[in-house]
Amino acid sequence: MARAAVSGRLTWRVARLAEAREETATARTLVLDVPDWPGHLAGQHVDVRLTAEDGYTAQRSYSLASAADRVELTVQRVLDGEVSPYLTDTFKVGDPIEVRGPVGGWFVWRPADTAPVLLVAGGSGVVPLMAMVRARGAAASRIPFRLLYSTRTPDDAIYSEELARRVRDDHGLDVVHLYTRSAPPQDKRGIGRLSVADLAAWGWPPEFEPACFVCGPTGFVEAVADLLVDAGHDPQRIKTERFGG
Amino acid sequence: MMDGNVLAGPLRELFAVDVTVADGRCAGCGLRGPVASLRVYGSEDGPGFVARCPGCDAVVLRLVRGPDAAWLDLRGVVSLRIPLAV
Repeated sequence: MARAAVSGRLTWRVARLAEAREETATARTLVLDVPDWPGHLAGQHVDVRLTAEDGYTAQRSYSLASAADRVELTVQRVLDGEVSPYLTDTFKVGDPIEVRGPVGGWFVWRPADTAPVLLVAGGSGVVPLMAMVRARGAAASRIPFRLLYSTRTPDDAIYSEELARRVRDDHGLDVVHLYTRSAPPQDKRGIGRLSVADLAAWGWPPEFEPACFVCGPTGFVEAVADLLVDAGHDPQRIKTERFGG
Repeated sequence: MMDGNVLAGPLRELFAVDVTVADGRCAGCGLRGPVASLRVYGSEDGPGFVARCPGCDAVVLRLVRGPDAAWLDLRGVVSLRIPLAV
Protein backbone atom coordinates (compact mmCIF):
# COMPACT_ATOMS: atom_id res chain seq x y z
CA MET A 1 0.00 0.00 0.00
CA ALA A 2 2.64 2.50 1.04
CA ARG A 3 4.76 1.47 -1.88
CA ALA A 4 1.91 1.94 -4.33
CA ALA A 5 1.33 5.44 -2.95
CA VAL A 6 4.94 6.52 -3.48
CA SER A 7 5.69 4.56 -6.62
CA GLY A 8 6.95 7.72 -8.34
CA ARG A 9 7.38 7.81 -12.07
CA LEU A 10 5.44 5.48 -14.25
CA THR A 11 7.85 3.14 -15.94
CA TRP A 12 7.70 0.31 -18.44
CA ARG A 13 8.31 -3.16 -17.09
CA VAL A 14 8.98 -6.31 -19.05
CA ALA A 15 6.25 -8.88 -18.44
CA ARG A 16 6.00 -12.42 -19.77
CA LEU A 17 3.03 -14.45 -20.86
CA ALA A 18 2.46 -17.08 -18.16
CA GLU A 19 -0.74 -18.62 -19.51
CA ALA A 20 -3.40 -17.95 -22.13
CA ARG A 21 -7.09 -18.89 -22.34
CA GLU A 22 -9.27 -18.77 -25.42
CA GLU A 23 -12.51 -17.07 -24.32
CA THR A 24 -14.36 -16.94 -27.64
CA ALA A 25 -13.41 -17.42 -31.29
CA THR A 26 -11.88 -13.92 -31.25
CA ALA A 27 -11.05 -13.12 -27.63
CA ARG A 28 -8.11 -14.42 -25.64
CA THR A 29 -7.15 -13.87 -22.03
CA LEU A 30 -3.47 -13.29 -21.33
CA VAL A 31 -2.19 -14.05 -17.84
CA LEU A 32 0.96 -11.96 -17.46
CA ASP A 33 3.79 -12.40 -15.05
CA VAL A 34 4.74 -8.83 -14.14
CA PRO A 35 7.63 -8.33 -11.72
CA ASP A 36 6.71 -6.30 -8.60
CA TRP A 37 3.08 -5.76 -9.59
CA PRO A 38 1.73 -3.30 -7.00
CA GLY A 39 -1.92 -4.45 -7.27
CA HIS A 40 -4.73 -2.49 -8.91
CA LEU A 41 -8.31 -1.33 -8.61
CA ALA A 42 -11.09 -2.94 -10.62
CA GLY A 43 -11.59 -0.90 -13.80
CA GLN A 44 -7.98 0.26 -14.15
CA HIS A 45 -5.96 -0.46 -17.27
CA VAL A 46 -2.41 -0.91 -18.42
CA ASP A 47 -0.58 0.44 -21.42
CA VAL A 48 1.06 -2.28 -23.49
CA ARG A 49 4.00 -1.69 -25.84
CA LEU A 50 5.35 -3.96 -28.54
CA THR A 51 8.68 -3.30 -30.23
CA ALA A 52 9.59 -4.88 -33.55
CA GLU A 53 13.15 -5.89 -34.38
CA ASP A 54 13.55 -2.76 -36.51
CA GLY A 55 12.64 -0.61 -33.50
CA TYR A 56 9.09 0.19 -34.62
CA THR A 57 6.78 0.34 -31.63
CA ALA A 58 3.03 0.01 -31.18
CA GLN A 59 1.20 0.92 -28.01
CA ARG A 60 -2.33 0.19 -26.77
CA SER A 61 -4.26 0.37 -23.52
CA TYR A 62 -6.02 -2.73 -22.26
CA SER A 63 -8.31 -3.03 -19.27
CA LEU A 64 -7.30 -5.36 -16.50
CA ALA A 65 -9.77 -8.24 -16.32
CA SER A 66 -8.61 -9.70 -13.03
CA ALA A 67 -8.95 -8.90 -9.36
CA ALA A 68 -5.94 -7.18 -7.82
CA ASP A 69 -3.63 -10.09 -7.13
CA ARG A 70 -2.90 -11.04 -10.73
CA VAL A 71 -2.54 -9.42 -14.12
CA GLU A 72 -4.95 -10.67 -16.75
CA LEU A 73 -5.92 -8.88 -19.94
CA THR A 74 -8.62 -10.08 -22.30
CA VAL A 75 -7.86 -9.02 -25.85
CA GLN A 76 -10.48 -8.92 -28.58
CA ARG A 77 -9.01 -9.42 -32.03
CA VAL A 78 -9.64 -6.41 -34.25
CA LEU A 79 -9.64 -7.53 -37.87
CA ASP A 80 -7.35 -4.89 -39.34
CA GLY A 81 -5.61 -4.29 -36.03
CA GLU A 82 -1.88 -3.97 -35.67
CA VAL A 83 -1.52 -5.17 -32.09
CA SER A 84 -4.50 -7.35 -31.17
CA PRO A 85 -3.97 -10.07 -33.84
CA TYR A 86 -0.43 -10.50 -32.55
CA LEU A 87 -1.67 -10.84 -28.97
CA THR A 88 -4.53 -13.23 -29.82
CA ASP A 89 -2.78 -15.39 -32.43
CA THR A 90 1.01 -15.20 -32.15
CA PHE A 91 2.06 -14.18 -28.63
CA LYS A 92 3.07 -17.38 -26.82
CA VAL A 93 3.86 -18.49 -23.29
CA GLY A 94 7.22 -17.11 -22.21
CA ASP A 95 7.23 -14.25 -24.72
CA PRO A 96 8.04 -10.78 -23.37
CA ILE A 97 5.91 -7.68 -23.58
CA GLU A 98 6.28 -4.24 -22.03
CA VAL A 99 3.55 -2.96 -19.71
CA ARG A 100 3.11 0.11 -17.56
CA GLY A 101 0.45 0.61 -14.96
CA PRO A 102 -1.94 0.21 -13.39
CA VAL A 103 -3.32 3.57 -14.52
CA GLY A 104 -6.67 5.34 -14.54
CA GLY A 105 -8.44 6.22 -11.31
CA TRP A 106 -11.83 7.37 -12.60
CA PHE A 107 -13.53 4.32 -14.13
CA VAL A 108 -12.99 2.21 -11.02
CA TRP A 109 -15.06 0.42 -8.42
CA ARG A 110 -13.80 0.02 -4.87
CA PRO A 111 -15.16 -2.67 -2.53
CA ALA A 112 -15.66 0.05 0.11
CA ASP A 113 -18.21 1.82 -2.13
CA THR A 114 -21.73 1.26 -0.80
CA ALA A 115 -24.06 2.21 -3.69
CA PRO A 116 -25.72 -0.53 -5.72
CA VAL A 117 -23.93 -1.01 -9.03
CA LEU A 118 -25.21 -1.15 -12.59
CA LEU A 119 -22.75 -2.44 -15.14
CA VAL A 120 -23.59 -2.12 -18.84
CA ALA A 121 -21.25 -3.78 -21.33
CA GLY A 122 -21.16 -3.76 -25.10
CA GLY A 123 -18.99 -6.52 -26.59
CA SER A 124 -15.48 -6.60 -25.16
CA GLY A 125 -16.43 -3.62 -23.01
CA VAL A 126 -17.26 -6.28 -20.46
CA VAL A 127 -13.57 -6.66 -19.53
CA PRO A 128 -13.18 -3.89 -16.90
CA LEU A 129 -16.69 -4.68 -15.62
CA MET A 130 -15.66 -8.30 -15.15
CA ALA A 131 -12.76 -7.05 -13.04
CA MET A 132 -15.37 -5.33 -10.84
CA VAL A 133 -17.46 -8.52 -10.60
CA ARG A 134 -14.32 -10.47 -9.67
CA ALA A 135 -13.18 -7.85 -7.15
CA ARG A 136 -16.64 -7.98 -5.57
CA GLY A 137 -16.33 -11.76 -5.32
CA ALA A 138 -12.79 -11.58 -3.94
CA ALA A 139 -13.94 -9.14 -1.24
CA ALA A 140 -17.04 -11.25 -0.46
CA SER A 141 -18.94 -7.98 -0.92
CA ARG A 142 -22.72 -7.95 -0.59
CA ILE A 143 -23.19 -4.80 -2.65
CA PRO A 144 -25.96 -5.53 -5.19
CA PHE A 145 -24.55 -5.75 -8.72
CA ARG A 146 -26.43 -5.98 -11.99
CA LEU A 147 -24.66 -6.59 -15.28
CA LEU A 148 -26.41 -6.01 -18.61
CA TYR A 149 -24.21 -7.50 -21.28
CA SER A 150 -24.95 -6.86 -24.95
CA THR A 151 -23.29 -8.97 -27.65
CA ARG A 152 -24.18 -9.91 -31.19
CA THR A 153 -24.70 -13.60 -30.42
CA PRO A 154 -24.31 -15.93 -27.42
CA ASP A 155 -21.02 -17.17 -28.90
CA ASP A 156 -19.61 -13.64 -28.75
CA ALA A 157 -20.12 -13.35 -24.99
CA ILE A 158 -16.86 -13.51 -23.04
CA TYR A 159 -16.77 -15.13 -19.56
CA SER A 160 -20.23 -16.74 -20.00
CA GLU A 161 -19.48 -19.79 -17.90
CA GLU A 162 -17.80 -17.89 -15.09
CA LEU A 163 -20.64 -15.35 -15.01
CA ALA A 164 -23.21 -18.15 -14.78
CA ARG A 165 -21.25 -19.71 -11.93
CA ARG A 166 -20.91 -16.38 -10.11
CA VAL A 167 -24.63 -15.67 -10.43
CA ARG A 168 -25.16 -18.96 -8.59
CA ASP A 169 -22.41 -18.49 -5.98
CA ASP A 170 -21.87 -14.73 -5.52
CA HIS A 171 -25.12 -13.72 -3.84
CA GLY A 172 -26.52 -10.41 -5.01
CA LEU A 173 -25.10 -10.54 -8.54
CA ASP A 174 -27.51 -10.56 -11.48
CA VAL A 175 -26.42 -10.96 -15.11
CA VAL A 176 -28.61 -10.46 -18.15
CA HIS A 177 -27.41 -11.21 -21.66
CA LEU A 178 -28.87 -9.10 -24.46
CA TYR A 179 -28.33 -10.09 -28.08
CA THR A 180 -28.41 -7.88 -31.14
CA ARG A 181 -28.15 -10.41 -34.01
CA SER A 182 -29.19 -13.86 -32.84
CA ALA A 183 -30.52 -15.20 -29.57
CA PRO A 184 -31.26 -18.68 -28.27
CA PRO A 185 -34.88 -19.75 -28.94
CA GLN A 186 -35.73 -19.71 -25.22
CA ASP A 187 -34.73 -16.02 -24.93
CA LYS A 188 -38.10 -14.26 -24.74
CA ARG A 189 -36.56 -10.84 -25.28
CA GLY A 190 -35.42 -11.72 -28.77
CA ILE A 191 -32.84 -9.58 -30.51
CA GLY A 192 -32.31 -5.85 -30.52
CA ARG A 193 -30.13 -3.05 -29.28
CA LEU A 194 -30.20 -2.22 -25.62
CA SER A 195 -33.31 -0.13 -25.01
CA VAL A 196 -34.98 1.91 -22.33
CA ALA A 197 -37.24 -1.11 -21.71
CA ASP A 198 -34.16 -3.27 -21.00
CA LEU A 199 -32.86 -0.72 -18.50
CA ALA A 200 -36.27 -0.53 -16.84
CA ALA A 201 -36.59 -4.32 -16.68
CA TRP A 202 -33.08 -5.20 -15.49
CA GLY A 203 -31.38 -2.03 -14.28
CA TRP A 204 -31.87 -0.11 -11.02
CA PRO A 205 -34.43 2.64 -10.64
CA PRO A 206 -32.72 6.05 -10.47
CA GLU A 207 -34.02 6.62 -6.94
CA PHE A 208 -31.78 3.77 -5.76
CA GLU A 209 -28.91 6.07 -6.78
CA PRO A 210 -26.80 3.31 -8.32
CA ALA A 211 -23.24 3.79 -9.52
CA CYS A 212 -23.44 3.15 -13.28
CA PHE A 213 -20.47 1.94 -15.31
CA VAL A 214 -20.86 1.74 -19.08
CA CYS A 215 -18.12 0.36 -21.33
CA GLY A 216 -18.05 -0.54 -25.00
CA PRO A 217 -17.68 0.97 -28.45
CA THR A 218 -18.25 4.72 -28.60
CA GLY A 219 -21.71 4.55 -30.20
CA PHE A 220 -22.94 2.00 -27.66
CA VAL A 221 -21.61 3.97 -24.70
CA GLU A 222 -23.14 7.25 -25.83
CA ALA A 223 -26.51 5.63 -26.54
CA VAL A 224 -26.63 3.90 -23.15
CA ALA A 225 -25.45 6.98 -21.24
CA ASP A 226 -28.21 9.02 -22.93
CA LEU A 227 -30.82 6.39 -22.03
CA LEU A 228 -29.68 6.43 -18.40
CA VAL A 229 -29.83 10.22 -18.20
CA ASP A 230 -33.27 10.25 -19.86
CA ALA A 231 -34.43 7.64 -17.32
CA GLY A 232 -33.48 10.05 -14.51
CA HIS A 233 -30.03 8.88 -13.45
CA ASP A 234 -27.70 11.61 -12.20
CA PRO A 235 -25.01 12.13 -14.88
CA GLN A 236 -22.46 12.35 -12.06
CA ARG A 237 -23.19 8.72 -11.20
CA ILE A 238 -22.64 7.51 -14.76
CA LYS A 239 -19.06 6.62 -15.61
CA THR A 240 -18.15 5.70 -19.15
CA GLU A 241 -15.22 4.18 -20.99
CA ARG A 242 -15.08 4.06 -24.77
CA PHE A 243 -12.81 2.20 -27.09
CA GLY A 244 -12.80 3.46 -30.67
CA GLY A 245 -15.56 2.47 -33.05
CA MET B 1 -12.46 8.15 -30.96
CA MET B 2 -11.49 7.30 -27.43
CA ASP B 3 -12.00 9.11 -24.15
CA GLY B 4 -9.87 10.67 -21.47
CA ASN B 5 -9.35 7.34 -19.71
CA VAL B 6 -6.73 6.57 -22.36
CA LEU B 7 -4.68 9.59 -21.21
CA ALA B 8 -4.05 8.04 -17.79
CA GLY B 9 -0.74 6.45 -18.78
CA PRO B 10 0.61 9.29 -20.93
CA LEU B 11 -0.24 11.89 -18.23
CA ARG B 12 0.95 9.72 -15.36
CA GLU B 13 4.29 9.64 -17.13
CA LEU B 14 4.52 13.40 -16.51
CA PHE B 15 2.67 13.96 -13.22
CA ALA B 16 2.81 12.39 -9.78
CA VAL B 17 -0.98 12.21 -9.56
CA ASP B 18 -3.65 10.73 -11.83
CA VAL B 19 -4.85 13.74 -13.80
CA THR B 20 -7.76 11.84 -15.40
CA VAL B 21 -9.73 12.08 -12.13
CA ALA B 22 -9.25 15.87 -11.98
CA ASP B 23 -12.36 17.96 -12.57
CA GLY B 24 -11.83 20.55 -15.26
CA ARG B 25 -13.84 23.48 -16.52
CA CYS B 26 -14.01 24.06 -20.25
CA ALA B 27 -12.86 27.49 -21.40
CA GLY B 28 -15.32 27.30 -24.29
CA CYS B 29 -18.63 26.49 -22.63
CA GLY B 30 -17.95 26.24 -18.92
CA LEU B 31 -18.86 22.55 -18.68
CA ARG B 32 -17.34 20.83 -15.68
CA GLY B 33 -16.25 17.24 -15.74
CA PRO B 34 -13.37 14.86 -15.21
CA VAL B 35 -10.52 14.73 -17.69
CA ALA B 36 -11.52 11.06 -18.17
CA SER B 37 -14.76 12.18 -19.84
CA LEU B 38 -13.10 14.23 -22.61
CA ARG B 39 -13.41 13.01 -26.22
CA VAL B 40 -9.96 11.98 -27.32
CA TYR B 41 -8.71 11.76 -30.88
CA GLY B 42 -5.36 10.50 -32.10
CA SER B 43 -3.47 7.27 -32.09
CA GLU B 44 -1.58 5.64 -29.31
CA ASP B 45 1.18 5.07 -31.87
CA GLY B 46 1.05 8.58 -33.26
CA PRO B 47 2.74 11.69 -31.97
CA GLY B 48 -0.05 12.52 -29.57
CA PHE B 49 -3.63 13.19 -28.61
CA VAL B 50 -6.19 15.94 -28.92
CA ALA B 51 -8.90 16.02 -26.22
CA ARG B 52 -12.14 17.88 -26.88
CA CYS B 53 -14.97 19.01 -24.63
CA PRO B 54 -17.98 16.64 -24.76
CA GLY B 55 -20.26 19.68 -24.47
CA CYS B 56 -18.99 22.08 -27.15
CA ASP B 57 -16.26 20.16 -28.98
CA ALA B 58 -13.63 22.82 -28.24
CA VAL B 59 -10.04 21.64 -27.93
CA VAL B 60 -9.35 21.30 -24.21
CA LEU B 61 -5.89 19.80 -24.22
CA ARG B 62 -3.27 18.46 -26.55
CA LEU B 63 -0.44 16.16 -25.60
CA VAL B 64 2.46 15.45 -27.89
CA ARG B 65 5.35 13.26 -26.89
CA GLY B 66 8.70 13.33 -28.60
CA PRO B 67 11.77 11.23 -27.88
CA ASP B 68 13.11 13.55 -25.19
CA ALA B 69 10.26 15.91 -24.26
CA ALA B 70 6.50 16.14 -24.01
CA TRP B 71 4.37 19.15 -24.96
CA LEU B 72 1.19 19.68 -23.00
CA ASP B 73 -1.15 22.37 -24.34
CA LEU B 74 -3.97 23.16 -21.88
CA ARG B 75 -5.58 25.95 -23.90
CA GLY B 76 -9.16 24.89 -23.25
CA VAL B 77 -9.19 24.39 -19.53
CA VAL B 78 -9.90 27.21 -17.10
CA SER B 79 -8.88 25.23 -14.04
CA LEU B 80 -8.36 21.71 -12.81
CA ARG B 81 -9.49 20.51 -9.41
CA ILE B 82 -7.09 17.74 -8.53
CA PRO B 83 -8.14 15.49 -5.64
CA LEU B 84 -5.35 14.89 -3.16
CA ALA B 85 -4.87 11.77 -1.11
CA VAL B 86 -5.75 12.50 2.52
